[in-house]
Amino acid sequence: MAKHHVETTINGEPVEYLCETSQTLLDVLRDELGLTGSKEGCASGDCGACSVTIDGRLVCSCLVMGVEASGHKIETIEGMADGENLHPLQQKFLEQAALQCGICTPGVLVAAKSLLERNPDPTETEVRYWLAGNLCRCTGYDKIIRTVMDVAAEMRSS
Amino acid sequence: MDTMRYEAPGSVDEAVALLAGADGSRVMAGGTDLLVQLRAGMISPTVVVDIKKISELTTVTEDNGAFTVGAAVPGAELSENAALCKAWPGVVEGMDLVGSTQIQGRASLGGNLCNASPAADSVPAMIVARAICIIAGPNGRREAPVEDVAIAPGKTSLAKGELLVAIRLPKPPAHSGDAYLRFIPRTEMDIAVVGAGVSLTLDDSGTCTDARVSLGAVAARALVVDDAAKAIIGTKVDDAAIEALGAACSAAATPITDKRGTVEFRTKVSGVMARRAAAIALERARSN
Ligand SMILES: Cc1cc2nc3c(=O)[nH]c(=O)nc-3n(C[C@H](O)[C@H](O)[C@H](O)COP(=O)(O)OP(=O)(O)OC[C@H]3O[C@@H](n4cnc5c(N)ncnc54)[C@H](O)[C@@H]3O)c2cc1C
Ligand code: FES
Ligand code: FES
Repeated sequence: MAKHHVETTINGEPVEYLCETSQTLLDVLRDELGLTGSKEGCASGDCGACSVTIDGRLVCSCLVMGVEASGHKIETIEGMADGENLHPLQQKFLEQAALQCGICTPGVLVAAKSLLERNPDPTETEVRYWLAGNLCRCTGYDKIIRTVMDVAAEMRSS
Repeated sequence: MDTMRYEAPGSVDEAVALLAGADGSRVMAGGTDLLVQLRAGMISPTVVVDIKKISELTTVTEDNGAFTVGAAVPGAELSENAALCKAWPGVVEGMDLVGSTQIQGRASLGGNLCNASPAADSVPAMIVARAICIIAGPNGRREAPVEDVAIAPGKTSLAKGELLVAIRLPKPPAHSGDAYLRFIPRTEMDIAVVGAGVSLTLDDSGTCTDARVSLGAVAARALVVDDAAKAIIGTKVDDAAIEALGAACSAAATPITDKRGTVEFRTKVSGVMARRAAAIALERARSN
């Protein structure tokens, strides 16, 4: 069977690629397009390391077929910084060391950004539930949650 | 090179033709069950029929207080629909329990039902809401109550070529309320050990005139527990009535022992979850 020819938009840029039905969007991002910021932790929807947004909706790219991206707008961790300027979440994660090995971090950042776009003033409980699908084996979550809360407060006041 | 085809038809008729025409075809809504099963080698379809390009399957419409929910609408959209949350909070909370924020961006009511897991969280909630499935097939359309669709683990009553198009939720009666609760050992991201849905309607004096009770994860398919409903109909839904509803649920449960819970535990917790869900449904009925 011939490969699918997909035309999509990734981080605001038009992108074309060929993929097989069995390739997930995560496979395509990492293996075909060299966008290796999204990580594969489990490939079964449990860990959130592969989080991206499709038309603004947060999803696990390991549970999306590559061919499905056709005609949609995908945002990945690679699109989060504005050139050299880190997003406030990225900046604060570095400053407050809200990461250790960093494998979960791209997914956490993409998910946290999506939360703050919808809810600029989340409670701690809301942050914890929103990020419940982002597993972290290192930090114990506390620093992640506190940093997201701090960034939310900073973004509200600026 | 893989041989699996991908099709994304734009109409129900085209989807039905694809499903009826090919052996080994599979519907894909959000793919949160399907892609996991593909990856694990549990299924190897020849054609995956993506139904998300069919507008009837991806929209929610309201007509005089009744809702028609497209089978592939993701859970996140249901939680964002204020009118639906007000009318059927139990159905929305059942679906909202499915997976994480990321899973909610894709997972649908139709997929939850048609995957036919006995622990599917939205199913007892839809059953007590008296939801009706609209099913399209090679011979046209038919309707079936939700409880007749998922009949055994991984097995539905849909015939070859049939597609679940939408789920219709009736207009809730005055002074009615619904609720769904599950027991899991964690607070998020787990599969129900027991799930319980309750809906009930009161008259102006607060007497219960109608009720439905359904249990998930304690049998090969979601159970409709008529004895539990009967235990509260005709009462003021006082403590004794709720106690009797719980006892009827424990009596109806026929669970298995697995790593999540034993027969004894699940039997007991069936009553506990049903009582708590009934209390929430009652609260809601009184404020409606
Ligand atoms: C990390 C994770 C956590 C989860 N947590 C939960 C949970 O807490 N509770 C729970 O109940 N489930 C849970 N699930 C399972 C899954 O997310 C749900 O069952 C979900 O609702 C499936 O919907 P979907 O749209 O993704 O279905 P799909 O994967 O697209 O389809 C599921 C099945 O139904 C069939 N199907 C889908 N739509 C139709 C249709 N319209 N007509 C006919 N057949 C159809 C498909 O062929 C397939 O066999 C979880 C899954 C993951 C990956
Ligand atoms: S790799 Fe997608 S959720 Fe873990
Ligand atoms: S920092 Fe290592 S998994 Fe989160």
